[in-house]
Amino acid sequence: MPSPFILDRSSVTQVMAWVLAALLPGVLVYVWLFGPGILVTLSLATVTALAAEAAMLKARGYPAKPFLTDLSAIVTAWLLALSLPSLAPWWLIVTGTLFAIVVAKHLYGGLGQNIFNPAMVGYAVLIVSFPVQMTQWAGPLELTTAHLTLAQSASVIFGGDLPKTTLDAVTMATPLDALRTGLLQQHTVDEIMTQPIFGHYGGTGFEWLAAAFLLGGLVLWALRIISWHVPLAFLAGIWLTAGFLHFFDAGRFGAPWFHLFAPSVMLGAFFIATDPVSGATTPRGKLIFGLGAGFLTIAIRTWGGFPDGVAFAILLMNLCVPLIDQYTQPRIYGGASRTKEPPA
Amino acid sequence: MLTAIGVMVAIAVVTGLVLGWSAIRFKVEGNPLAEKIDAILPQTQCGQCGFPGCKPYAEAIAKGEADINQCPPGGEEGVKKLAELLGVEPKPLDEAHGTPKPKSVAFIDENTCIGCTLCIQACPVDAISGAAKQMHTIIAAECTGCELCLPPCPVDCITMVPIAEDLPHWKWKHPVVMLKQVEEEHA
Amino acid sequence: MSRELFKFKGGVHPPGHKSESNSRPIHAAPLPKKLVIPLRQHIGNPAKPVVEVGERVKKGQLIGEADGYISCAVHASSSGTVTAIDMQTMPHASGLPDLCITIETDGRDEWIAHAPLDYRAMVPAELRMRLRDMGIAGLGGAVFPSAVKLDPGAAQACPTLIINGGECEPWITCDDVLMRHRADEILQGVTVMRHLLGSTEILVGIEDNKPEAVAAMQAAAAKMDFAVEVVAVPARYPGGGAKQMIETLTGKQVPSGKLSTDIGIQVFNVGTTYALARAVHHGEPLISRLVTVTGHVLRPQNFEVLIGTPMHTLITLAGDRDGTTGVLMGGPMMGVPMPDLEVPVVKATNCILVKSNELFPPLPRALPCIRCTRCADACPAELQPQELFRFAKAGDFGRAQEYHLFDCIECGCCSYVCPSHIPLVDYYRYAKGEIWAREKEKRAADLARERHEFRLFRLEREKKEKAEKLAAKAQAKRAELAADPSASGAPDADAKKALIAAALARAQAKKAEVAPKNVDHLTPEQQHSIEEIEARRAKIRELAHQPLESEEKP
Repeated sequence: MPSPFILDRSSVTQVMAWVLAALLPGVLVYVWLFGPGILVTLSLATVTALAAEAAMLKARGYPAKPFLTDLSAIVTAWLLALSLPSLAPWWLIVTGTLFAIVVAKHLYGGLGQNIFNPAMVGYAVLIVSFPVQMTQWAGPLELTTAHLTLAQSASVIFGGDLPKTTLDAVTMATPLDALRTGLLQQHTVDEIMTQPIFGHYGGTGFEWLAAAFLLGGLVLWALRIISWHVPLAFLAGIWLTAGFLHFFDAGRFGAPWFHLFAPSVMLGAFFIATDPVSGATTPRGKLIFGLGAGFLTIAIRTWGGFPDGVAFAILLMNLCVPLIDQYTQPRIYGGASRTKEPPA
Repeated sequence: MLTAIGVMVAIAVVTGLVLGWSAIRFKVEGNPLAEKIDAILPQTQCGQCGFPGCKPYAEAIAKGEADINQCPPGGEEGVKKLAELLGVEPKPLDEAHGTPKPKSVAFIDENTCIGCTLCIQACPVDAISGAAKQMHTIIAAECTGCELCLPPCPVDCITMVPIAEDLPHWKWKHPVVMLKQVEEEHA
Repeated sequence: MSRELFKFKGGVHPPGHKSESNSRPIHAAPLPKKLVIPLRQHIGNPAKPVVEVGERVKKGQLIGEADGYISCAVHASSSGTVTAIDMQTMPHASGLPDLCITIETDGRDEWIAHAPLDYRAMVPAELRMRLRDMGIAGLGGAVFPSAVKLDPGAAQACPTLIINGGECEPWITCDDVLMRHRADEILQGVTVMRHLLGSTEILVGIEDNKPEAVAAMQAAAAKMDFAVEVVAVPARYPGGGAKQMIETLTGKQVPSGKLSTDIGIQVFNVGTTYALARAVHHGEPLISRLVTVTGHVLRPQNFEVLIGTPMHTLITLAGDRDGTTGVLMGGPMMGVPMPDLEVPVVKATNCILVKSNELFPPLPRALPCIRCTRCADACPAELQPQELFRFAKAGDFGRAQEYHLFDCIECGCCSYVCPSHIPLVDYYRYAKGEIWAREKEKRAADLARERHEFRLFRLEREKKEKAEKLAAKAQAKRAELAADPSASGAPDADAKKALIAAALARAQAKKAEVAPKNVDHLTPEQQHSIEEIEARRAKIRELAHQPLESEEKP
């Protein structure tokens, strides 16, 4: 083995472990404000992901140990679980996770080879295929009349054997859903915002969840596991696009702060858009990637067919990564910047 | 109806004229494809492909009269490059034309050489110096290793010597990455 | 210390491990019984041997002369007898042999006559040639002939001269102790460099993890009759790289593909400067250098070592220990593993680092690249290592070159930080080697094509000329015959017969003329082998009579 003969202590496992740790504040706030159901979802996704990863590694002839212990499958599982409605049925969770690990990750070549963020592929497949089941969001505890215990949540997720009335008592439309439905019914934003689901900035409860993801993201940035470029550009993209629309017609477009403090945005900005494998690599490329994803998120929320657009926005930007990278190659030491594109 | 036909005819005439004019105006001298192919060929001039040199082979490929896998000195990599240039699928070397050998140069045993000049006439790159009744010597730097001088030699005094790796020619090998080894273990 | 310092991008902070070896004084390594001195110790053409086996040489005697402008001489490191000029294993990653001169020392360590050079009285070009012939080459690692670097060229002067005492590689301390103990002589070397380059600004850059060296150099600088600024720069690997040192001290970057002299800066390592001082002020060619022996040894320290000393003698001196897992020449970031310990210390040997599993645990298994771009953050050349890796691995060398593969300085920062533990630098070295090999092949192919085309042209021309000549001759003969009355009326066939008879007679005469040369005073064996060959030739002639006959008249 030639030089160098020493290594820094970093490893893929360490990077992934920090990402998981940074998600913990979000998980805690989730449990505190929305009930313990999310723990069932997280566990189920984790087990499914590990099993799928192990099976795919075996099928592809790769050693299981180094790849299972790199924790990347668990990160994918958690990101997907946190994006899904907290009372989604078990088969939805399993389908989404399997799709993420088997198709989006391993069929593209496994760790480091996937063009798309696996968790977001899983999410996109589910929301396109099962739009109804994807609305079973547990409402914030302070607004709902019935509260589920861990066991009850599990039985909802695994059996769905809860009377319709009880289910209606624990689930609620998310703030983004409410906004979208309200706007479709020709209400103005101000009228919609009087509903109890809307809090100070984002949704009641949801805004705190968003803040917890923000906190975890800042920890990752402080540890230099992610760079500031993508999250800042992503948030800026959302704020600028939403602010621009809101400025011209506050009655028909939600406030930029409201858009910013949706949990999916903070999760997307710090944990999903920053996925190094499917994201841009150059500093300028990261800014373009983030800004583009932010703009697309608001565009999809405003004019698209789904209440939220983070997943589609990030997937669409994933597609542009090779192009972005190629045209944003930075200047090298002692060199002029690469202005000319390389010949095909 | 008539107008439509008229317009179409007019467009056809105009574009035809433009094409015809540019065919004359921008006529490419020589055969650029054959030249590009020739640039990929190793220029051993060994004739193993069945043509009297690299250029005739390149021209034959360009005309579609020869396959791309007839050049053993170019090896699989040469086939790959040709396939890339021509936009076709690469294929394994045609064994009928020989197999790749390590790069060698010819060496004349000067004790045995009778100075018959037959090898000089056979050498496609004039890399053998000598005259009638004088010892012949290979100019190693210019020898392509084509082996064409071997059959005409009446005393079999020419041998092919593989080029040994020495310090100035040494290069780093492709790194052996652990992952690959593991894959092999599983295979 | 008022100088404004600049920050180069990237870099890493590996543990320094300097204190192990830098506290002991410089110790002269004893004279070995055998010295193996390679002729290729520098960049450029290898030296040409000028001694013969069996010849007695004195210490400092020229044994290999420089071959061309970018080359360097080599000298006998001690007195003794040349016992071999042959291929020996080199201290090189390949483990391949190269031409070396082996000297069996006589223990007398007898110098040739040598005297200081009056460098101020010499023409600069002459002085540079003297330095080349005294074997002065860069001792920082690249071993580039110093004489070439001391030529300011068309610019006439190189305003800034930087003396590099960075020594950023972990474990190595030879420059550190050299500056601590021999600061005055280093600055004497600076005087000569300044004279040759016409520099007005002289900077000495030393990483701030060597405060003793900084103090010693400052004290020595204060005694000089020209301004020398000794600057402590923040320790960060590879801050001792020439390009990084230039940026830290001046804020300028050497343009890609250019030399530092193009922006008026020249950089020399402190070891080179010291060697130059010994050459000019004492007339001693480069026959020894400081070598750090450290790592898994009992007494890590610096030795003054004669070039050609086998490495194992130094490890024994420093106290070898059980559990050694290999030896590196250089530091852990850029060092090369040694094929065996018989290999000699050469001009490039700054450190002999003995490895053990405790100090250098085996590198973990590599995982796929996750494009985290930590390598890009660490790259001092500001490249995108993850892209270069992708292209190199895929064999897409063209793209790798477009992404500035050749601006890579192989410092190892990318491999050091890679969380997937990919040996990135390996891939770059491999890609560079392949590109060079391909360029060489391409040149060879172009030459072959040209020669083949010329041959075809020549054959064509000869054919034409021959035909013309024949036609002209036949015409002349016919005219002659027609004019000859005795042959008048003879049929054409007779004329032809006459022609053939004449030609045959000429050939016979010629054959008789050809007599073997150099056949006087032959030994019986030679006579015998000639007879054998003649017999074989005769047989061949019989076998291939016709073609041979025709060949004899070219």
